[in-house]
Formats: sequence, structure tokens, C-alpha cells
Amino acid sequence: MGRKILFVTTDQQRYDTLGCNGGTLSRTPVVDELAAQGIRYARAVPQSVVCMPSRATILTGQHPDTHGVWMNGVALPVDAPSVAAVLHRSGYRTALVGKPHFEPFLDPFGRFVENRLARDGVPTATSPWFGGGDGPHRGFDHLELATHGSVGPLHYARWLAATHPDALGGFYPVLDGDFEVNAAGGGDTGAPQVKDNPVPRDWYHTDWVADRTIAWLDGLAADDDWFCWMSFPDPHHPWDPPVSEMGRVDWRDVPLPAGYVADPAERTRILDAKPRHWRLWYDGKLVSNYEAPARWVPATLTADQVREVNARNAVEVELIDEAIGRVLAAIDARGWSDDLDVVFTTDHGELQGDFGLLFKGPYHVDGLMRLPLVWRPAPSAGVAPATVTRPVGLVDLAPTFCAAAGLAAEPWMEGVALPVDDHDADRRHPGRAVTVWDSELLGVDVHLRTITRDGWVCTTYGPGTVHDGTEGELYDLADDPRQQVNRWDDPAVASVRADLVDDLRAQLRTPRRPRLPLEAPV
Amino acid sequence: MRGTVRRDAVIGVDAARAWQIVGRPELLHHWFPGVDDCRVDGDRRTITLGTGLTVDETIVTNDPLQRRFQYRIAGGLVTEHLASVDVIALTPGSCLVTYASDADPAAMAIMLGGATGGALAELRRQLESGHGPALDALDTAPGGTP
Repeated sequence: MGRKILFVTTDQQRYDTLGCNGGTLSRTPVVDELAAQGIRYARAVPQSVVCMPSRATILTGQHPDTHGVWMNGVALPVDAPSVAAVLHRSGYRTALVGKPHFEPFLDPFGRFVENRLARDGVPTATSPWFGGGDGPHRGFDHLELATHGSVGPLHYARWLAATHPDALGGFYPVLDGDFEVNAAGGGDTGAPQVKDNPVPRDWYHTDWVADRTIAWLDGLAADDDWFCWMSFPDPHHPWDPPVSEMGRVDWRDVPLPAGYVADPAERTRILDAKPRHWRLWYDGKLVSNYEAPARWVPATLTADQVREVNARNAVEVELIDEAIGRVLAAIDARGWSDDLDVVFTTDHGELQGDFGLLFKGPYHVDGLMRLPLVWRPAPSAGVAPATVTRPVGLVDLAPTFCAAAGLAAEPWMEGVALPVDDHDADRRHPGRAVTVWDSELLGVDVHLRTITRDGWVCTTYGPGTVHDGTEGELYDLADDPRQQVNRWDDPAVASVRADLVDDLRAQLRTPRRPRLPLEAPV
Repeated sequence: MRGTVRRDAVIGVDAARAWQIVGRPELLHHWFPGVDDCRVDGDRRTITLGTGLTVDETIVTNDPLQRRFQYRIAGGLVTEHLASVDVIALTPGSCLVTYASDADPAAMAIMLGGATGGALAELRRQLESGHGPALDALDTAPGGTP
């Protein structure tokens, strides 16, 4: 019997929303305790700051240039490498409960497996694996899927429609009538993607994901080895948690985030020191990411709207923490706790008021790039608690799961099993993380390449709609933790920039050819 | 907002051979993944998608001389739509097939564009292998392969 692995992801969650990372708005005692017992990563970096490429990296253990999911809307091929398949083939029972997003959601033709499972009433589908054999979809022998909101083809939406149809209309409509991400405001402040949702907490997708995880675990034999990816759709927008829970955090009491620049003149001065697409988006003149509402102008964001979004986000984070606690209690009741590894992280962050912005896009700063990551190794492994300050990446998760299962990392995995402390990091981890962005949306293209290393974040730009390829960003994370001073053109750090750019170019992978097609907006 | 997406494929058969399929609107479900059924009545075509959704279309061009096929989705999902499929001879044994989707809203153009890319890949697979349901249907349909 080996170690069980509970892999918990959230969607679009900031580093500073956890108590163990210094957050004060949400109460997260469950994850905080996991961090106290295990390893807390202070600089975990995604390889992409949007869902589909980032989730593909988690599953494959590869950088986006290798797995080929270069932007949202590009489907990960069904025969792509999968750490779940590796575990499954070694005897693990495998499940994914919650948000998958390896394939596009907007799929009126029903071409993608994830969107067909609920309709077909099956828990998985036979698909080709990377090894040429057949097996369950992407290595998961059980999938119960959910995403944001109450509509769509996935299991949660169908369950809600079948059992609680009156609740459907309480959720925020993620898309508007033009299939654009909705810009409509709500709540007390009119903030975008905010709505008071009367859905009872028990019917909300956070609790549903925990319920279905527990149900799957209940079906396992006591001596089964298992890997469960429990994937919460929150705290990604829309911010429409059950209204019954809104009393937890009064938005009027919420302080403005440290990254919010209150003075508009100062705000635009900071944005103007960055490459052009920052200011163009702020002014509503350029949208380069489908998931930022095209009809919303960031410059209209008010301080109170930031407070309300942060309050609702905090409520969603608390609900997730409590849901994780319920699942851990169920696992404990099965007597599995001593052999249980728990990994908690997210796919990317959220600007959430930084620089007067919301949502995400081609902006490689801490709001999107510094992720919560906690690994509580199985107590039976005897790993001492620690904090790792060196950069690690989500690309490191797949080999970490292999290590926890007693398996060697596969040769196609491009990361390194997570270090257990800084000494371990210095000994065997590269100490750097690379993040890429490519987007081509309705005639607008943007291309970023970023390295995080030695306390610096350095981003180069490729030629695109509003960039000529000479632009860049360079931030000293120690002196400028909110990345408000772009030192790309500062002669005092020219040698730092040159060294980082050289290293970045050496680290980049050869992009997959032919390039995978864009199948849908998201 | 309106959007436009164009997909293309070079296919290793004569343009005339590719046009035999493209120019037969009732065969669409045999080579377009995600289209489960297709009915044609004059210049009206109704397709049933893999999600069960039915879409009414109007055929606006079916020109065997230019080898151009165009249709519009009528209402429902779109404010405006025009799809254009062109088969262009390259050499005696190869052709270029383009499939353009113009639509308002723009997001629909992207979704349709993704699906048409899959359709072109399937069209190429069948034509170059000489096997597949579209070719089978062509052989059995009135006015099929001479």
C-alpha cells in the first residue's frame, strides 16, 4: 500500500488570500494547518497565467511551449502525457472532481470529451494515452466536472438543473448575450461579475465538489492507493457566493489592497512606465484576454468596488477552506491520514485591485504570478515542516506526485519534484521559473516570456499588435514587492537584465509545431 | 462586435474531387465533426449539433465553376453570419480548401472557426485515405461519384 494523494486546486486565487501567507481577510485554518505541518512555498510561479495552459502544465508536467496549449481555447490533445495516467497505470485509482478545463468550455458542437461526459452519463471515457494504449480519459477513471456558474454541459450544472432548477437563475450569468464575458455589475457597488446569489450553500459548487469527492472516496477499498484532483472553480469570478455567507466579510470593512494605487494620476504614471498594453487595457482601448470583460473599462473601477470584490473573494476562499476540512475529516475517518499527501495550490492569480485592475491578462506581476502552494507530505514520510523561499513552478507538481507515489519521474516531465526546504532547493532544483504568454484574439496578439530568479522578475516581449519586441519589464522583488517601478531601462541594473534575459532565452523550450489550433474563446 | 476566422487545408487530391463533397450540402455531417445530422430542402439546411442543438441555415452560394459554397446561419446564435468554403486547385493532384466564418458576435466566429478547422482535418483525412463516410455517402447518393 502506498501513499494517497489529495491534490486540491482552486482557480485564480492570490497568494495573499491565505492566512499562512499573511492574509488577514479570509480565515483559512485548514490550509494554514497543512502549511504548519508541511511545506509552504513562498514563491510558487505558474507557467501561464490563464487556466487552460496552466492546467495542462499541471497535468503533463510540461511547459506550455511543449504541451502546446498556448492560450485559453486551445485543447490539450487527448493523447498528451498525463501524470494521472502514470499513477493509474501503476495501480492508483484516479479521479478529477470539479473544474478540468483541458478542453474548451464553449463547445456548441459537443466535440470535446469533458463536455460530453455528463450528457452521456458516464464517469469517464476511453481515450488513447500517450503510450499508445487505451485507458480512461487523460488517466482519470472517474470525472465529475463543474465550472463557474450554473449553465453548461458539465455534471454540476446538469445536477443543479435536475434537482434545484429554481436555483439556476440566482447565479451570475458568466457570459452575456453575445457570448462575451459579462461586464454587468452588481452587489452594492456595481462591480463587474458580482451578484447576490440566493443559492443555499449546500447547493453551491464549492460544497458540491467536496460532496462528490467524499462520495468517490467512499467507494474506494481501504487498501486502494488513490490520487484525487479536487478542483474548486472558485474564487475565480464571477463573485457570486451564497448570499447566506456574505455576513462573513463586510466589504465596507475591507482595507484596500496594498497593490491598489488610490491616486489616479500616480496609477497612470505607474502604468505608463510599463509596456503599452497595460495602459491601453486600463483605458479600455485594448483587450487581449477573452476572460477580461470586453465591455468593461478598468479605469472605471472604484475603490469600493475593489473592496466588494475582495470581500466576496474572501468569502469564497473561506468556503473552500471549510470544504477541504470536510474532505480531510472524511479521509481521516477512513484511517488514511497518516499516508496522505495533500497538495494545495491554484492555477494562476488575480489582479484583484492591483494597479486599479481586475481579472487577468498578459501582466506578469505578483497578483497573477505569485501563487499559494502548500505541500503537506504524508506524516508517515517524516518530512520536517519548512518554508521554501526559492522559486518553484507548477511544472514541478507532476514529478512531485510521482515521488509521493514512489515512482520515478517520466522523461517527458520537465519539472523537478518540489524541494522540501531551501537547502534541498539549492541542492537539486534549478531555482528559477519560466512563465509564458501568447495570445491572438480577433486581430490582437501579445507575447511575453518571463523568468523569476534571484529575487527578480524579468519579462521580455515579442513583436505584437502594440509591441515592437524591444519592450520589457524588470522588477526587484525585495525592493519593489508590488512591481510598481519598471527597471527595464535602468542602467544601474543593466547587467542584471542582461544576465536574466540570457538565462531566460536559454531556458525557453522549442514551441510545438505545428501549433495547436484555437478551438474556442475559452 | 463582428469577428472573422479563416481555416485552410492543403489536400492531396484534385480540386474537382474535393468539390464533389464540399458542393454537396447534404453530406456535411459525414465530414464535419460535431454535426450529427443534416437535412436540405432547397436552399434551406438544418443541422443538428452534437449537443442536440439544431441550427437553421440558408445556402446562399453553391457555385461549381468557382467551387465556392456559402451559407448563413439564420438567427438564433448569431446576429449575422456568413460561411464561405472555397476549393482552389493548386496542382493536378492537390488543392487548397479554405473555410471562413464571419459572425457577429465575434465569439461565435471563434467557436465556428474551431469547428471548421476540425472539419477540414476530417475532409483531408477522408479524401487522402480514400475512405470515410463522406466518400461512402457520395458513392451511394444520387449524382454520386461518376
